[in-house]
Amino acid sequence: MDASALIASLQDAVPGAQFEAASSVDLQTTIYAPREAVPDVARALRDRPDLAFTFLAELTAVDFWPTEPRFEVVYILVSLVHRARIRVKVRLNADDARVATVSGVWPAANWLEREVWDLFGIEFDGHPDPRRLLMPEDWEGYPLRKDYPVQIRKTPEYSQPLQVTAEQFRQSVERDRLTRR
Amino acid sequence: MTVNMGPQHPSTHGVLRLVLELDGETVRSCAPTIGYLHTGIEKTAEQKKWQQVIPLVERMDYLSAQSNSLAFCLSVEKLLGLEIPERVTNIRLLIAELQRINSHLVWLGTHGMEVGAVSVMLYCFRERELLLNINEMLAGFRLFPSYVRVGGLREDLPRGFHAAVTAFLDRFGPKLDEYEDLLTKNEIYLKRTRGVGVVSKEDAVAMSLLGPIARSAGVDYDVRKYFPYLGYETYEFAVPIETAGDVYARYKVRVAEMRESAKICRQALQRIPPAGAYAVDDPRITPPPKDRVYTEMEALIQHFLIYSQGFTVPRGEAYVPVEGPRGEQGFYIVSDGTNRPWRVKSRAPSLVACQALEQLIVGGLIADVIAVIGSIDVVMGDVDR
Repeated sequence: MDASALIASLQDAVPGAQFEAASSVDLQTTIYAPREAVPDVARALRDRPDLAFTFLAELTAVDFWPTEPRFEVVYILVSLVHRARIRVKVRLNADDARVATVSGVWPAANWLEREVWDLFGIEFDGHPDPRRLLMPEDWEGYPLRKDYPVQIRKTPEYSQPLQVTAEQFRQSVERDRLTRR
Repeated sequence: MTVNMGPQHPSTHGVLRLVLELDGETVRSCAPTIGYLHTGIEKTAEQKKWQQVIPLVERMDYLSAQSNSLAFCLSVEKLLGLEIPERVTNIRLLIAELQRINSHLVWLGTHGMEVGAVSVMLYCFRERELLLNINEMLAGFRLFPSYVRVGGLREDLPRGFHAAVTAFLDRFGPKLDEYEDLLTKNEIYLKRTRGVGVVSKEDAVAMSLLGPIARSAGVDYDVRKYFPYLGYETYEFAVPIETAGDVYARYKVRVAEMRESAKICRQALQRIPPAGAYAVDDPRITPPPKDRVYTEMEALIQHFLIYSQGFTVPRGEAYVPVEGPRGEQGFYIVSDGTNRPWRVKSRAPSLVACQALEQLIVGGLIADVIAVIGSIDVVMGDVDR
């Protein structure tokens, strides 16, 4: 599937959206999609029979700091019917790094979006469970951003054995239970 | 009742924490918590030169180390636009298939042990030992050989490699029959695995479980057939498919895959001449042979440049998927034209499998949780990276 056919098909499904073909060396068609159109584009990509990209193989982001637009969110999609793979990319500015979630279209996006939020600080509007995935919940900063230092020298906080009373422990378990869902 | 299963639990294959809400023996809700093994490999990789990333990506997943490095190398080579010699391609394919057998053996052993068949574990690890010996022969390192490099292989095949692999394959077929004798028709095993942890075809697609889990639910997706790489289209092999989608179907698919892998290995062995090119002939990427480094000035300079500065990779991005033991694996890499990657993102099949755990477990019995975790074959290093 080449970029022009893909764009023509998508423009038919999402009128008014501006798509842009991007270069690709690995023969996977790559296009840029506008941020506002993401949920509609995702639904069209999955549901239109001439596209049928039912698998979301990967969802990730790239930080191009210090240039603008700073972030690119990348969706790698696979169509079983057409034996095709494409990449759809969405550009985001640093001061407004948010995009609509696609976890309603591809349920697999749930954790992948959480991971991107965790490591890049890109918000996914409408995400059902917007929590950190890999880092501790009280972590500050977004480690995979380019302006995040590679090594942080902190004095270890775990050198003292943790002193918890039985009551505190019970409260902690209860709090954990309540905040899980 | 709420039960905290893990992070320190022997059958969670690492440090997976499941918070299970139980009603009697039935699981009402399940919340997987991951991140205990997060070591920031992707961030670290951005600080390394391209060739130095290989040991890192191998350590993500100790069971499919060479599939990881292969996927990474294929992506980088795509960006570099390298033509890899056919002999190298065939050797890589052979290594990748041996790695698949290796991974499935460990899976079969641990899974068997978890559902009560301890002897299977001992048998599987016995055969795996032979594969580790082959790795040791190749590179002097058993788990993470770093043998596959950008541009080819680290060095030529060792003497006796063909004989060692043939000996393994000759032994492996009958042994695999033995494992099947122990499990395939074992009443206890059937009772513990049939109809347990069922995933439907639609769910497998929706949750992106590309790999053995999807194939056990009737999705015929295999990267080797759909998007051939390394010349897989010229090899004869079948893609085993089951439709039940339960733990037993996953077992059947993986065992059948091992047989197919052994078949591919035999074909690949015949295509690999004992001597020939082991890396691409490109002075930017492949270091010169040591005897030239010791005797020629130019070779010494070239050697020094490669090991001190590495090579630059043209600006761009690439993602080449490969079929790893756990499903589609690949590295989405972005280069800014320097000698270090701008971004390395691993598509982790274990992560999506872990995400699907909740669906597979809820509604089942607590005793089946262990069978299900075992059957999706997660490696926590790959989940957390």
